[in-house]
Order: sequence, then C-alpha cells, then structure tokens
Amino acid sequence: MRIVNLLKIAYRSLSKNKLRVLLTMLGIIIGVASVIAMLAIGQGSKQNIQSSVASLGTNSIMIYPGSSTQGGVRMGAGSYSTLTKKDAEAIVAKCEFVTDVSPVVQKSSQIIAGNKNWHTMVVGGLSQYFSIRNLKIEKGNIFSSNDERTAAKVCVIGLTVSDNLFGANGDAVGQFIRINSIPFKVIGVIERKGQNSFGQDQDDIIIAPFSTVQKRMLSTIFLNSILASATSEDDIDKAKAQITSIIRIQHRLSPNNEDDFTVRSQADIANIFGSISRIMTILLACIASISLVVGGIGIMNIMLVSVTERTREIGIRMAVGARGRDVLIQFMIESVFISVLGGLIGIALGILISMLVGKFGGWPVVITGTSIILAFAFSSAVGMFFGWYPARKAASLNPIDALRYE
Amino acid sequence: MNTDQPLISVKNLSKAYKMGDIEFLALRNVSLDIEKGAFAAIMGPSGSGKSTFMNLLGCLDAPTKGEYLLDGVNVLSLGKNQLAELRNRKIGFIFQSFNILARTSAIENVELPMLYNNSVKSKERREKAMNALKSVGLADRAQHMPSQLSGGQQQRVAIARSLVNDPLVIMADEPTGNLDTRSSYEIMGIFQQLNDKGITIVMVTHELDIAQFARSNIMFRDGQIVSNTAVNARKIAKDELIKLPVINPSEVLT
Repeated sequence: MRIVNLLKIAYRSLSKNKLRVLLTMLGIIIGVASVIAMLAIGQGSKQNIQSSVASLGTNSIMIYPGSSTQGGVRMGAGSYSTLTKKDAEAIVAKCEFVTDVSPVVQKSSQIIAGNKNWHTMVVGGLSQYFSIRNLKIEKGNIFSSNDERTAAKVCVIGLTVSDNLFGANGDAVGQFIRINSIPFKVIGVIERKGQNSFGQDQDDIIIAPFSTVQKRMLSTIFLNSILASATSEDDIDKAKAQITSIIRIQHRLSPNNEDDFTVRSQADIANIFGSISRIMTILLACIASISLVVGGIGIMNIMLVSVTERTREIGIRMAVGARGRDVLIQFMIESVFISVLGGLIGIALGILISMLVGKFGGWPVVITGTSIILAFAFSSAVGMFFGWYPARKAASLNPIDALRYE
Repeated sequence: MNTDQPLISVKNLSKAYKMGDIEFLALRNVSLDIEKGAFAAIMGPSGSGKSTFMNLLGCLDAPTKGEYLLDGVNVLSLGKNQLAELRNRKIGFIFQSFNILARTSAIENVELPMLYNNSVKSKERREKAMNALKSVGLADRAQHMPSQLSGGQQQRVAIARSLVNDPLVIMADEPTGNLDTRSSYEIMGIFQQLNDKGITIVMVTHELDIAQFARSNIMFRDGQIVSNTAVNARKIAKDELIKLPVINPSEVLT
C-alpha cells in the first residue's frame, strides 16, 4: 500500500466533513495557541526580571549589617550597625576577587531647589559606586577622589530628581540644591535606568561623596551597606566566601558565633526571582497543556464517532481489498492531520496572541523556538495517541460484520 | 494457473452461527465445483444459506469447517492480509445495496480497489477507471455523485468497480434485488457480456426470471445444495429488453 494513496484516501474523507474537522481542530488550535502564549508570557517576565537585575550590575555583591539580638529579641537584618568603613577598606586590601568596593550610607531627605522641593534618597558612596551599580552619566561628571577627600558639597542626581526640581527640559548641571539646608552643587545627571523589577524608580536618587554624606549629614561611623563588584560572574561565589571570612576576622567573631552581617549577590536575587518565574511558567504551561489534552480527547471522540458512522464504508474498503493496516493508517492519518494542521494554526494564533499581549497589555513577551517546537510536537503526539484507539477499532472490524452494519 | 482444475472448489463446507447459547448451522457440508467461465445463479428461499455461502466464497467470512480452493489456492490457510489481497486481485463484489461510497464521485468509487493495489500506477488508475465506466455505459456520469444516479446506474458503478482489477470471478449478492425490471435486465446484459469475455460469475438471487440469464442454477435449502442444473431455455438480456413494454412517464402521470 502506497502511503501516497493512503494520504489521498484520508484527504478525500476529511474534505467531506469540513465543518466537523474544523471544530475538532479548534480544540487543538486553542491548546497549542495557549501553550505558546503562556510560555511567551512566562519567558517574557523571566527575561524582564533578568535584565532589570542585570541593570543593577550582574557582578555586584552587597554586604549588609546583620540582625542584632537585644535581650533575646531578634531585630531583623540591618537593624544593628556593625559595618564600618574599615570593613570596606579591609575588603579592598585583602580580597582578590573584587575590583571595586564602595561603602554606602544613605538618608532620606527633603531637597529644595529654588521654589521647588522633592523628597528622595541621598546615597553617599565612592566614585566606584557608579561602576558597581552600572550607572552611566548623561550630563556632567561624577565626583572625584579629591571631592571625597575634602568632603566636597557636590552631588550627582537622577533624572526623576532633575525633572522634579528643574523641569523636564531644565539643565541641572551647575545648579545648586539644598539637602537638609546644606547647599550642594549638581555636577552630573545619571542616564535613565527606569523602574527595576520591584517597581522602584531607579532614577529617583541623589549620589554624593561618601565622606560628605557621612560627616556632614549623618555623623556616624556605621554604614548602611558595602557594595563590591566581583572580578567576573564566575568569581562571585569565591568573592562572597572571601569577603565573609575577611569581615569575620575584622569583627573578631569566633567560629561558634553567627555572622553579624549578610553577603548577597545580584545573582542570588536573580536566582530567586528566576525560580519564581520558572515555577509560574511551568504552571501556566501545565494549564495550557490540559487544554491540549482536552483537545486530544475531542479528536478521539470525533474519530470514534467517525469510525462507527463509517463502519459500512470500512466494510466496503475491506471487501475491495483494504487490509487492516490500510484502514488503521487511514484513520491515523486523519487524526494526525487534524492535530498537525490544528497545531500549525495554533502556532500562528499563539504568536498573534503573544504579540497582542505584548503590544496592548504592556506585558513583555518572548516567543522562543523551543516553545513552538514543544507545542507542535506535543500536539502531534496528542493526535497520534488519541487517534490510535479509534483507528485500531476500525482496523480490527470483520469485513462481513462491517458490511452488514446498519 | 491450472486450466484442468475448477476455479472454485469447495468440500464439506460448514458454517455455524452462535445466537446466544444456541448454535445455528447455516451451511451443512456443502461441496461444489465451479468451472472457469461459468455463470452460476445460486437460488433458494430466505435462510437457505445462500448468502452465507456467497460470503464464504468471497473470502469475507471464514467457515467453521471444510475446504475451499480458489484458483488452486487454499483460502483457509491464508491470513487476514493475504485474504485482503486475494479479494483485491481475484474477486469483484456486487451487492444488493450497491455499497458504493456516498459523497464520492462515480469515478473515485471505481478507483477505490486500485488504491489498495500497488501494481497500478497512479497514471493508469484514472484511465482504467474510465474504461471500466465506459464498459458499463456510464462514461458521461464519471463525476456524478451516487445521490445523482439512479439505482441501476449505481449498480453499474459497482460493476465497474468490481472489474477494474481484472478479477477472475465476480460475486454478486442479489444484484437486482433493489432494481426495477428494466434496470435488472440491463445489469444481466452486462453480466452476460462479461461472461462471454470469459469472466466467471457467481450470483445469488431469489428471482426466478433473473436466474434464467445464468448458465446454471444451484438450489439451496436448509444449508444444503438440493440441485445443480444447467439452464435450458436461457434468456438473453438483449432480446428480453426489446420485449419489455416501453413506458412513457408522461402517459402515466396524465
């Protein structure tokens, strides 16, 4: 039996039931389209998180003061001031896996410029802070080590701050602003970074030299955090381990004492969010595949009806020389055809839906080749799996019984 | 192919059906030889086992016991697939209810057996189907659907279908049962033509006048052959058709 002939036979019988074929196909179309759209949405949010985490600097490592215990009451991370500038200096001196290190102090303050005012976070850091955080300057300059040494009253501001104090088109560089009544000269504006994945506006920030903020605004020796960047992404774990041991020595902790600080890397945060979005993607794909399976059951249902309805036809075919295998293959081709064509239409529809969601929903979508291949392979497999039983049933009919069937 | 031995040779063929707990013997030890070139009409009342016998001869059903040689081949030793091939190449079927595929054009119906025959190339398929339709006088109806054809025309499509693989024998089960006299005689005319060309025909019928077109009549009763006689005053379809009164439909209706 030539496969071409069987294809012709299957085509002829399918073309006689166009509406039924279309409706059956609809189950598969919806299934495949939803798998592709769901995966695209899941992938999109995953990439969105990854890129926003990367915008914080993929190699960066953050050291936070640890939780303190006061009379048996644990106060939570950062509640206890343990980090000092000496710790940062020790890391610079001893850790071989970091390139840049910056102590960080910060204070939320009211800013006044002319007749406008704004409330934002003022961060004190070294000039390295910019490279660690991957911040670029749009206009002007960052402060120099000289500014740091002299605790100069200069600052670099984010675009949100600039927009609010000097208007959308105003030139902030060279202007003066007052932070807690202390006049600062704006020497640079940071390039727009937008919101991070947690919805925080990364442009709503003022950065001033570490010594300026520490001495003139806070008068404390304790740090909010230390930022460092590892030599490369592969060295992050080594750098974290080394930093941990360096600070433990600095803080004179004995081996049975807990760390009084926390070392975290951007990669850790990325991983947490990555795994959350992965779980979400899997969940969405599972729900979508259920609809594919339901579509498959639809195929089986219609093929069973078709076999019963066409019992006489099967009898005629067998009487004129069709073997059981020919009938089996004919019905298999029909169900696979339905699922494959449905799969192809579903892919097109899925891509369309993803693009519409991306365009009008403002949701990031990423359509991957893998998801298309996956959905297509799955739908074909569904067609074969659910087509097998009805086809088998047709093939095993006795010719004389099939001919007599009314 | 051995020319000495009969085309169909059946010995002690029995067929039992189970109806619940009761076993019903439809055929009892039937033995029969049918020579090449024969035109045999199998007759008998309802329930005499003639249709059962026909299904066994057509390899559509398996006997409970007995022997069956078709063209020297022991049919009962063949597997399902070999039987399918045998039906495809050596036997042409014609049924009382025509059994042609609905919503499938006449020519596609005729092509059907060739789709299951690998030795026919797709190019000659249409040509052979067309020739078969021509031989039954339906060349101009090739693209018609069965619903657009009269009963007699549908039966002729079935005959064309049975011919396309050049069978050794045509098995016809009550071929005229659903047809009026004129169409019946036309079908018999085609059968006689085919038989004259050397094709063996075995036909089940319960109509006496139809049986008169055959060369021999085999009578069945209660699952056994009671007689096998040559037809003396054989009817010739061409002559009988002339004798039929011509009915003008407009006369009847007015």
